[in-house]
Amino acid sequence: MTAAAATTEVVHIPDPADALSARLVRALAKTPLQILLMAVGLLWLVPTIGLFITSIMPATALTNEGWWKVFAHPSIATFANYSALFHNGGLTGALKTTAYIAVGNTVLVVVVGALAGYAFAWLDFPGRDWIFLGVIALLVVPLQMALIPMFKFYDLTGLSGTVLSIILFHAAFGLPFAIFLLRNFFVGIPKDILESARIDGAKEGWIFLRLILPLGLPAIASLAIFQFLWTWNDLIVSLTFGVQPITVWIFGQLREFASSIDIIAPASFISLVVPLAVFFAFQRYFVQGLLAGSVK
Amino acid sequence: MSNLGITAEPPVAAAPPPPEGGERKYLTGGLFLLPALVLLSVWLLYPTVYTIIRSFFGPSGYLGSWVGIDNYKTLFTTSALVTAIKNNAIWVAVVPAFVTAIGLIFAVLTERVRWAVAFKTVVFLPMAISAFATGVTWRIMYQQDPGMGAINALGRVVSDAVSTPGVLPSALPSTSALQPHGGGLILKTPLHPGGVALLGLTGIAPDAMPKGSVQAVRPSAKPGQIEGVVWRDFKPGGGKPGVVEQGEIGIPGVTVELHDSTGKVVQSTTTAADGDFDFKNVAAGSYQAGIGAQTFAKPFGGYSWLGPSLITPALLIAYIWIWAGFAMVVIGAGLAAMPRDVLEAARTDGASEWQVFRRVTVPLLAPVLSVVFITMIINVLKVFDIVIALAPDSSQANANVLALAMWRTAFTAFDFGTGAAIAVFIFLLVIPVLALNIRRFRREV
Repeated sequence: MTAAAATTEVVHIPDPADALSARLVRALAKTPLQILLMAVGLLWLVPTIGLFITSIMPATALTNEGWWKVFAHPSIATFANYSALFHNGGLTGALKTTAYIAVGNTVLVVVVGALAGYAFAWLDFPGRDWIFLGVIALLVVPLQMALIPMFKFYDLTGLSGTVLSIILFHAAFGLPFAIFLLRNFFVGIPKDILESARIDGAKEGWIFLRLILPLGLPAIASLAIFQFLWTWNDLIVSLTFGVQPITVWIFGQLREFASSIDIIAPASFISLVVPLAVFFAFQRYFVQGLLAGSVK
Repeated sequence: MSNLGITAEPPVAAAPPPPEGGERKYLTGGLFLLPALVLLSVWLLYPTVYTIIRSFFGPSGYLGSWVGIDNYKTLFTTSALVTAIKNNAIWVAVVPAFVTAIGLIFAVLTERVRWAVAFKTVVFLPMAISAFATGVTWRIMYQQDPGMGAINALGRVVSDAVSTPGVLPSALPSTSALQPHGGGLILKTPLHPGGVALLGLTGIAPDAMPKGSVQAVRPSAKPGQIEGVVWRDFKPGGGKPGVVEQGEIGIPGVTVELHDSTGKVVQSTTTAADGDFDFKNVAAGSYQAGIGAQTFAKPFGGYSWLGPSLITPALLIAYIWIWAGFAMVVIGAGLAAMPRDVLEAARTDGASEWQVFRRVTVPLLAPVLSVVFITMIINVLKVFDIVIALAPDSSQANANVLALAMWRTAFTAFDFGTGAAIAVFIFLLVIPVLALNIRRFRREV
């Protein structure tokens, strides 16, 4: 009876290519690659993990031990560094400054960039394409070219040390890319939609607000994420014009690195939590923006 | 991250023909453009012109005094600035090639695994982090003490696997009879079978003594053998050098070698708990006894990654860690857009995977690869944050790059003339890409 059952089973063996053994062989052939990629992925994660673990180790442990010791004594992990930081007025002030700069700049670039992008895509005026070309050309101006003149300009106008000075500086340097990205996206919006709105007597302002902005949302989202991350992470501009967002604040602490790693590590981790959250929440737009910026 | 767009290519679609209309249309266009033009004129155009002019004037004052091209001469003759130029040349030579190659390899390999998205996310993650936070992160990785810096800890694991550290890294001979010899020590006095070798060492801290050591005993001579002892020739109060005394302890685990008259090692042994050793069956002749070099091998002390000589390689590694993900994602998109049938045709024709990669994939990806490569050149010419964050003050001079040199010259030394000249120099280096971009744009509009 069992022998008969076994025979019937043999008859039902599927196509050899799908047999378990064949699948196993194929999977095994890929194993070295899988292991290699896993190792590389792990390698890429180690520095960030190291920063996080360092940030939750007590200062006393950090004077003579590496962060990986926490795996041997998990009990030494503590969030005391973080709570100490948040009771530190310097850090919370710097975080606020960072948020003002990043949000203010993002809004300004999106609004000004979208207005100009719409003009270059759908409005008519003399020399339109030449001006657009000129704007694209400005993409290559390194921000180092503006540091000295703006240092003096801010001094003269009393803008030195203000959040506004940083927002305006970043906005100007973000605009060529913003205009380029949005103009190219707006050009792709079907002409019929705009034409019929114009025939119905809609004003350009209405078209911009009610048609272009909603339809251009994917491109605007990409742009906004880039601008936000770019300004959140900036160091050189704020350092030059005497404003203290989180990067500049940590930079100040860094000068006495050995003694204050229990401040620097958690502060650095805080500074990268927001960009990471933005990145994970809007990863799709982030990658789209990246591709729009580098390949067709 | 607006610098990502620098090598951008606009899409093929040109702007549609302008709508019909009169003067009002022009006015509307102008109004929509006005804010952008104001920002661009005040923050980009005017500064560019100003900085170019400023670079021909002296250090201070609103314009300073006319110095002609002296600032540019300074740029190429001051050693600190020449270092910056050289370092930037290294960056340009290394980073774009490595980033593009690594990105290409990752993009091709991840096509073959199911969890490609997870891998890409992990490698791409550093792109979201500021170059400044990356600098801090890698400072922790690079610490010199292998007990604290992860990279040197890894170095120690590797180094320990290759060669075990000796039992006595810091010991010194107690008498001049023992002389340095090829990293170890050798007893000058010739020995014959039946002889006794006394190898006294000092300079060993009590807690550095190998575990399990006991009182040393002066061995008695035995015919046909060479006997000896390795001991800590020191006791509280000093003791007499070269004499085994009560209170002086033997050193176990020391490698002792017997050299014949030609200097060749004929026997080798390890000392016992009381430091005693013996070479048996020694043929007639003259010998010398010594302690092997491995006994004194120092444990791996870690490379000084943040020190002056390794700081640039350390920076390059951290920078490649950031940007490999960018290259991988862009090249991966190019790969996804590639005609699959071409690859399949090559495989059907019997091409190996390597041939497909080398002869089909890479040539088809050439435009994407060049975009990544050029973008990286631009980024590297402007690199600043990571250098100032990762390089400690003591090695910043050795890590100097153009953007950092510009900033330090202008805003810590307040030499605006030379600072402007460096900025213009960076600008000039980036301009060829502008030409490339405009040409592409003109061709396609």
